[in-house]
Amino acid sequence: MTKPEIPGTYLFGIEDSRQGFALNSFCASLTSVDDRKRFLDDEAAYLGRYELTAEQRQAVLDRDWVTMLDLGGSIFYIYKLAMVDGKSMQYLGGVFTGMTTEEFQAALEAGGRHFG
Amino acid sequence: MAEVTWGLTTSHVPSIGAAMDRERTEDPYWKPLFDGYRPAREWMAEHTPDVIILIYNDHANAIPLAMVPTFAVGTAAGFHVADEGWGTRPVPDVIGHPALAAHLVESLVDDEFDITVAHQLEVDHGLTVPLSVYCPAPGDAWPAPVIPIVVNVIQYPQPTAARCYALGKALGRAIRSYPEDLKVAVFGTGGMSHQLAGERAGLINEEFDRMFLAKIQDDPQSLADLSREEYVREAGSEGIEMIMWLIMRGAMDDEITRIAETYHVPASNTAAALALFENRA
Repeated sequence: MTKPEIPGTYLFGIEDSRQGFALNSFCASLTSVDDRKRFLDDEAAYLGRYELTAEQRQAVLDRDWVTMLDLGGSIFYIYKLAMVDGKSMQYLGGVFTGMTTEEFQAALEAGGRHFG
Repeated sequence: MAEVTWGLTTSHVPSIGAAMDRERTEDPYWKPLFDGYRPAREWMAEHTPDVIILIYNDHANAIPLAMVPTFAVGTAAGFHVADEGWGTRPVPDVIGHPALAAHLVESLVDDEFDITVAHQLEVDHGLTVPLSVYCPAPGDAWPAPVIPIVVNVIQYPQPTAARCYALGKALGRAIRSYPEDLKVAVFGTGGMSHQLAGERAGLINEEFDRMFLAKIQDDPQSLADLSREEYVREAGSEGIEMIMWLIMRGAMDDEITRIAETYHVPASNTAAALALFENRA
C-alpha cells in the first residue's frame, strides 16, 4: 500500500521525514531555552549548525511556512519556530488557508471548516 | 490480581492545559468545555486508581525523528515534564510504576507485540493535559503513578486502527495477569477531528466524531475496521490520533458503562471530547 494522497492535506511520511530531517532537527533544538536565545541572537549563524538546503534555510529566514512544509517540515516541528516568534497555531491556520488569524479563529468558533 | 476499573478518553489539546495554567477556564471561550468536564471529574475524584496507564503521542519533544517507535512503554521510575519550546507547564513531574511497566512489556512481547522500552522519557502535553483534565489541581503530585504508552501517530505509516485495538486487548490481558491487586485506569487520548496544516486546516467533522463517540462504547470493531486513509480523510491529518482511543477500549471488557461524555468545538483548532467509562456491564 502506498501513502494515500488526500487533497489539501500533508501526510508526513518517511520520504518527507528524510528530506526534512535537518529542518525538523533545527526546530526541535528550540525546545532548549539556551538554544532559543542563541537562535534569536543570530539566526543565520545558528542555522549554520544544521545541514539545511539553501531553500530550507531561506524558508526559515523568511518564515515561509508553506515552503517549510513542502520541503519536509513537520507541522509539530515548525510550530516550535512559530512559537519562538510568538505566533499561534491559529496564525498558522490562517496562513495555510489564506485567512487572517481572526478569520480563521472565527471559522473554528462557528463549528470549524467542513469538507466533502 | 490487577484489574481495569475505568477508562477515560480525552483530547489532549495543549491550549486546554494552558487555559488551566493561566486560570482562564471561566473565560467565555473556555467555560463550556470545562463545564462539560465537571461530571466526569467528580466521578473520577471518587474513584482514584492505584495506577494510570496513559496512551498518548509525543509531539516532537521526547522522541526525535532519528528513531520513531510505533509503540513504546515508559518503564522509568519518573518522567520529567518537557519544555516543548515555550517553557515547561507548571504541573508536577510524573511518577512511574516500573514493576507493572516491566510486566506489561514482558507480557506484550510474549503476546507478539514487539514493544519499544523507554527508560527515559520526557512527557509533553499529550500526557500532561489528560492528567489535568482528570485532576485540575494536583498540588505537589498527581493522584497516582502513571505508565506512559507512546504511539507514533505523526509519521506515516501510523499503526492501523485494528492493530491499536488488538494491542489494547493484549494490554488488558497483561494487566489482568499482574499478581498484585491494583485498580488500573486506562486513558486513551488525542482527537477528535482536527487538521493543523494544509488547505484543509481547521477541519472539523462533528458527524464523524459523534459516530466515533457512540461506537467506541458498543461497536469498537467497526472503528478498528476503518483504514488509515479513512481516518485522515474524515477526521483530518491529526484526527488520526483517535486510533489511540481504541487501545484503551481494547483493554476494557466487551460491555462497559458510560459515566459521562462531553463534546465541544473548538479548543483552538480541535474538536475536544471526553468520554468516561466504568469497566462493568
